[in-house]
Amino acid sequence: MREGSGFEPPPAPRVRRGWRVVFCKEIVENARDRRALSSALLYGPLLGPVLFAAMMAFILGQQREDAEKQLELPVAGAEHAPNLVRFLETQGIVVVTAPADPEAAVCDQQQDVILVIPPDFGERWSRGEPAVVELLQDQSRRRARIPVDRVTAQLERYAAQIGLLRLQLRGIAPQLASPLIVADRDLSTPQSRAGLMMAMLPYFLVLSAFVGGMYLAIDTTAGERERQSLEPLLITPQPRAQIMAGKLLATAVYAAASLLIGVLAFAIAIRFVPTAQLGFELSLSPAAVALICAVILPVALLASSAQTVVASFSKSFREAQTYLQFLILVPAVPSIIMAASPMRAEPWTIATPLFSQSVLIYTIARGEPVTPGEVLLSVATTLLLAVALGWIAVRLYRREQVVFGG
Amino acid sequence: MIEVRDLHRRFGEVVAVDGVSFAAADGRITGLLGPNGAGKTTTLRMLYALLKPDRGRVLVDGVDAVAEPEAARRRLGVLPDSRGLYKRLTARENVEYFGRLNGLDEAQLRARTDALIQALDMRAIEHRRADGFSQGQRVKTAIARALVHDPRNVVLDEPTNGLDVMATRAMRAFLRRLRDEGRCILFSSHIMQEVAALCDRVVVIAHGRVVAAGTPDEIRDRTGEANLEEAFVKLIGSDEGLLA
Repeated sequence: MREGSGFEPPPAPRVRRGWRVVFCKEIVENARDRRALSSALLYGPLLGPVLFAAMMAFILGQQREDAEKQLELPVAGAEHAPNLVRFLETQGIVVVTAPADPEAAVCDQQQDVILVIPPDFGERWSRGEPAVVELLQDQSRRRARIPVDRVTAQLERYAAQIGLLRLQLRGIAPQLASPLIVADRDLSTPQSRAGLMMAMLPYFLVLSAFVGGMYLAIDTTAGERERQSLEPLLITPQPRAQIMAGKLLATAVYAAASLLIGVLAFAIAIRFVPTAQLGFELSLSPAAVALICAVILPVALLASSAQTVVASFSKSFREAQTYLQFLILVPAVPSIIMAASPMRAEPWTIATPLFSQSVLIYTIARGEPVTPGEVLLSVATTLLLAVALGWIAVRLYRREQVVFGG
Repeated sequence: MIEVRDLHRRFGEVVAVDGVSFAAADGRITGLLGPNGAGKTTTLRMLYALLKPDRGRVLVDGVDAVAEPEAARRRLGVLPDSRGLYKRLTARENVEYFGRLNGLDEAQLRARTDALIQALDMRAIEHRRADGFSQGQRVKTAIARALVHDPRNVVLDEPTNGLDVMATRAMRAFLRRLRDEGRCILFSSHIMQEVAALCDRVVVIAHGRVVAAGTPDEIRDRTGEANLEEAFVKLIGSDEGLLA
């Protein structure tokens, strides 16, 4: 088998090449795996946008429906205030008889809102004292807010009208009772209203990076150990940093592919959201899409190194999968905070990976400008964290225990 | 040439290797014989620098495996205890991957892979994906990838484990051929017949220590047992874990 000369060990592998060998092999090997490929090119990128478009279409459809629907208002004790009831009916509200136990009906979500008129209403009314009516509602229910607001507005109108009449009867100018008028002027632009709904968008995009790279992150670490090819790999003359760099970059390429397809799918999916009827626009210009790509791309590397570190601790493929399913929830935190109380672009949010993507994409989606400095800071800090996690992964692979698992 | 001097290694409270010394010469097959759990795999893992010894030295062609693990590994071809393949790569791609990791250029890679595929009779599986390989086909591919960089020293951990009779015979013939090429062959086994049939020199390990070393004849003489099997049992203290 050996031809000719003595056994000279091959020259020291050119150190710079090791990562490329590992990288190419992982790319090719996983391209032959239907699970790795479909999670990077199909489920990963499409899961987020489809979920998002469906959610948004549902919310928008529901709001429109509620605002236009004829409002049915169950009233308990209608006989105590016939004038009030008649007023409500002239305002397009259909008054029906309330159920026997109005409080239970609201608690059980059978009714959104019920008006309760107590028996002493007429007596207090005729004495000129403030008469009390109760509006039973559950403030934690978003859907109930629209009918509650409508009923409240009508009740306040009725109260104001009667109040004016009473003052006029006593010969007092009604203006004296209104020292202050608050005029609401809605300054939100159509895009900014849409942007509020888009606060969750960054998470759906980040999600596609995690789903797209997940299979490789597991396969190249816990998977390699489980199929018993880790020991042969580690006893090649390649330094561990080279091996890990190749694996990480291959994972990042799959995550990035998933991410880019995800952004494009989103830009397309958003056209099918019925926003026109609501009077605001929801579209992303090609420049905005390109900017979103630039902001979000470093997340591919961050997701890959975070997942690789976690998967490196796992003994088996299944164990790693379990951990990574929890890890995927972490990037939701900034988006949930953004949806609850939108934050402005401040230095600390721009310098915090995942927060910065949330803030910047939210800003871009609102049609507001972001500065190159902000984008650079976000990219730099995200890459820095990714490299730090990658270095931890290398450290994990330098430990002896890595062969045995854990 | 592989020299092991006074190796010690413990895992927590468990002493796995407790002062092992031996030498494996070029052009010789050296067998590391011992029952399961005697410390063979741990000794080999320190030898190819996967584990660090607590104490002692390993020299591969004079290169210190503790101080220069990567240089030592270049001089070693190793068939480790775990021999998993990449199932979505063909046999040839599996071998080539390790050739590249060992720094071979494309011309060397092609020449070496061709030579090994011929020597190990792997033509039929060369372009087949490793998924679904038989145990014998897997071991052949694992050996080819261990030898792709043409190492002078070859270390094999229980190479015939799981092989059928024909595959075992082929493996023995292949190891003799490697020896006749002038290489240093070191393999571990818990099967006496195999060691007796193949080895020029035997190192018997039990409880993390070397209890005897020499040619099979010398070991028979020393123990005063005409039967090699009886000699081993006497050396090890029991026949537990030893397969006749």
